[in-house]
Amino acid sequence: MTDIDAPPALLGAADEQGLDARLVVDRGTFRLDVSLRAAPGDVVALLGPNGAGKTTALRALAGLVPLSEGHLRLDGTALERIPPEKRPVGVVFQDYLLFPHLTALDNVAFGPRCHGTGKAEARAQAATWLGRMGLADHAGAKPRRLSGGQAQRVALARALATRPRLLLLDEPLAALDARTRLEVRSQLRRHLAEFEAVAVLVTHDPLDAMVLADRLVVVEHGRVVQEGTPTEIARHPRTDYIAQLVGLNLYRGEADGHAVRLEGGPSITTTEDLTGPVFVAFPPVAVTLFRDRPTGVSARNLWHCEVAGLETHGDQIRADLTGEIRLAADLTTAAAAELDLHTGAPVWATVKATQTHAYPA
Amino acid sequence: MTRTARRTRRMLPPAGVGVAALLALSACSHSDGATPAKADSSRSAAPGLSGTVTVFAAASLKESFTTLGEQFEQQHPGTKVAFNFGGSDTLAASITSGAPADVFAAASPKTMSVVTDRTDTTSAPSIFARNQLEIATLPGNPGKVSSLKDLTDPGLKVVLCDRTVPCGAAAQKVLDTGGVKVTPVSYEQDVKAALNKVELKEADASLVYRTDVKSAGGKVRGVEFPESKDAINDYPIAPLKSSKNADAAAAFIALVKSPDGQKVLSRAGFLKP
Amino acid sequence: MTGPKQPVAARPGGGGPRRPRVRAVRRGVPVPLLVPGLLALAFLLVPLLALLVRAPWRSLPSQLTSTEVWQALQLSLISATAATAVALVLGVPLAWLLARAEFPGRGLVRALVTLPLVLPPVVGGVALLLALGRNGVVGQWLDAWFGITLPFTTAGVVIAEAFVAMPFLVISVEGTLRAADPRYEEAATTLGASRFTAFRRVTLPLIAPGIAAGAVLAWARALGEFGATITFAGNFPGRTQTMPLAVYLALQNDPEAAIALSLILLAVSIAVLAGLRDRWMTGA
Repeated sequence: MTDIDAPPALLGAADEQGLDARLVVDRGTFRLDVSLRAAPGDVVALLGPNGAGKTTALRALAGLVPLSEGHLRLDGTALERIPPEKRPVGVVFQDYLLFPHLTALDNVAFGPRCHGTGKAEARAQAATWLGRMGLADHAGAKPRRLSGGQAQRVALARALATRPRLLLLDEPLAALDARTRLEVRSQLRRHLAEFEAVAVLVTHDPLDAMVLADRLVVVEHGRVVQEGTPTEIARHPRTDYIAQLVGLNLYRGEADGHAVRLEGGPSITTTEDLTGPVFVAFPPVAVTLFRDRPTGVSARNLWHCEVAGLETHGDQIRADLTGEIRLAADLTTAAAAELDLHTGAPVWATVKATQTHAYPA
Repeated sequence: MTRTARRTRRMLPPAGVGVAALLALSACSHSDGATPAKADSSRSAAPGLSGTVTVFAAASLKESFTTLGEQFEQQHPGTKVAFNFGGSDTLAASITSGAPADVFAAASPKTMSVVTDRTDTTSAPSIFARNQLEIATLPGNPGKVSSLKDLTDPGLKVVLCDRTVPCGAAAQKVLDTGGVKVTPVSYEQDVKAALNKVELKEADASLVYRTDVKSAGGKVRGVEFPESKDAINDYPIAPLKSSKNADAAAAFIALVKSPDGQKVLSRAGFLKP
Repeated sequence: MTGPKQPVAARPGGGGPRRPRVRAVRRGVPVPLLVPGLLALAFLLVPLLALLVRAPWRSLPSQLTSTEVWQALQLSLISATAATAVALVLGVPLAWLLARAEFPGRGLVRALVTLPLVLPPVVGGVALLLALGRNGVVGQWLDAWFGITLPFTTAGVVIAEAFVAMPFLVISVEGTLRAADPRYEEAATTLGASRFTAFRRVTLPLIAPGIAAGAVLAWARALGEFGATITFAGNFPGRTQTMPLAVYLALQNDPEAAIALSLILLAVSIAVLAGLRDRWMTGA
């Protein structure tokens, strides 16, 4: 099923140019089996919870972990048996791993030097890269003098300086604080957009993935569970994990026309007209709460629930509801106060059919 | 001799004495005119001997003294002889620093004098054995060394003891009197180290004591040379003041000087005093 | 697997400038640490102080002008430095193998490396004679093929000292390597560096403080080495007589001279070690 989400147009191209890989890494208790295809210029994000095997996949692409099975072709060349230092692959590590004893310039020049470029030429190239990253002033700084965002850009410059055909980024923004993250994310997006070869990034942050990548590959328990453009995935999540990531209530049920009967639960009325197994999704903001059973409400989806928990998200409060149906509801702090919401409080929840979205499972 | 008297007073001689000890001790009196009184007292005291005698002895005495220690223990059941073998200087230094010992047997009067200078001995040391140098060569003497002069052959690797230790001083003396100038490859820290170098075939020749050549068995060949007479080494022995077992100490010294003791020593290569 | 990891690199210079330079807050030192700590200090220093107290200050000048003393001191410094160099050239790669390479029996090899630490040095010297002596297992071939005999030579002194001192370096460097983040080597590899280049250009600079510490330990051990040296290399002034040998032999008939020589050796080693330490503490 998941293959359907891969744009068929890419398949042919990947055989010649770009990345075509099936990465199988067997570690006894854990088995990674992930297929990846990408054309030059693509930015693919491997998205998944911790322990899903994303980093292992990245290390397998870099050659730092041997493949147990599968294949790895880049621009038509088989890489499985090529040692990491001979692969045209650049890596931006999660904590950058800038060499602490070298200046920013020498860190960036390290790759070209290893590829046989003369010292002066390598440093000139490195200076160009740093300039492109807006770091010309920091060329002589040792990594420990750089801010997180600067270090991230030096790491990117260092990886790009070897002119890789595959750029790998492991949690590129995870080591940054929230504010820097925002700024670096947009810069990184720009640099990735300029990058002409394949870029694969690993993240557990859906926002990073959606902002930076053209295509998401969601990995859970070592397998690809869904794959597609950020919009597709956000609109049509196929697992609880993804639904939570994109902030949707997700249900699986049997559709019969506009009504979807959930497994062991109530029905949801939707606008779509479907039959057979479907997913139904709606965002928490679409839910309206009442303390008393509402009268004259047009919503046909009305459930009696109980507040199981409350969490603050910015100026919003997310209520975790149980009862007839389990769902998340977002409301303003003012509304929450007015409703006198507290754990255990009985509430009525409604969702307009127009705000739900059903799609075949 | 006041001590001897006191000792006699303390000891009650029961009958049925170790005959071997008696013989050995009385025989000793023939060879040394100064000892009859002591031998007599020892004879009467012998049955009462007990406890441990601690003997600090020069390393070259190891084999012969170990044998004598066993004899002593047999002759005086209930006694035990504990040895501390080592370089005479080191031993002398430990004694003057208060190491518990009953008897000191040194490889040179000079080291003994370190102890006597501090009046740590109860009676004057007496010479019980003598040693002289020999050339130790590899088995079969491939370097054809037959005289002191042969050691000057530049093709030979010669090790000598360092001048600061007795065998080195003796070696220097014979070389000087012989008018021979030897350039060794090493000045070893003691005679055993020098001998070891020849035993391991790292050196071709060394000047060591007769006793050392004997103790090495077939691993080295000894070559005698006339100049060795000029540097004969006296081995003095003395009881120590700090002794807690003076009678047994005296008895052990007597055994060393007895004909039996001398036989053991000469078997090890020592000369009679 | 993807949780944020902090790089756990060997921090050069024991923390370097990243360590906040806050004035140490004066807090009470716990007595259970203070008392044994001070006792340990006294235990280490009192014997050295005793040397100073009993030093024959009057005869010291004459010792200092003796050529034999200078020869011995010079030889000690040269051979200890050469032994440290040997230990570095051979020991650092061995430490890398022990820390990074996977091979069967690695635990056993690691234990064997530390063996010279527990071996009495004199036994080490005998073992060296049996191995590298003129008649030794390896030495007889050195002699037969190249005409090289090591005993009784300065080279022999260096070998004896390196034999005893190298384990200190290997253990110290291996420990630093284990603490260092191997991912720096991986990072270098993804940039096109061979494993050796990664070692030379990344790992080596990262573990430099550990290597330096190991080298200092090895140098100090080599400088004080006595048993293996005198057994393997013998004792000949100017060629194989190092300071510890001179001290030992002086002790045989002139303890005062021995104390004087010991003081000279102590003074020189303190000067060198203090100098190196200052340089490294501020330089890294």
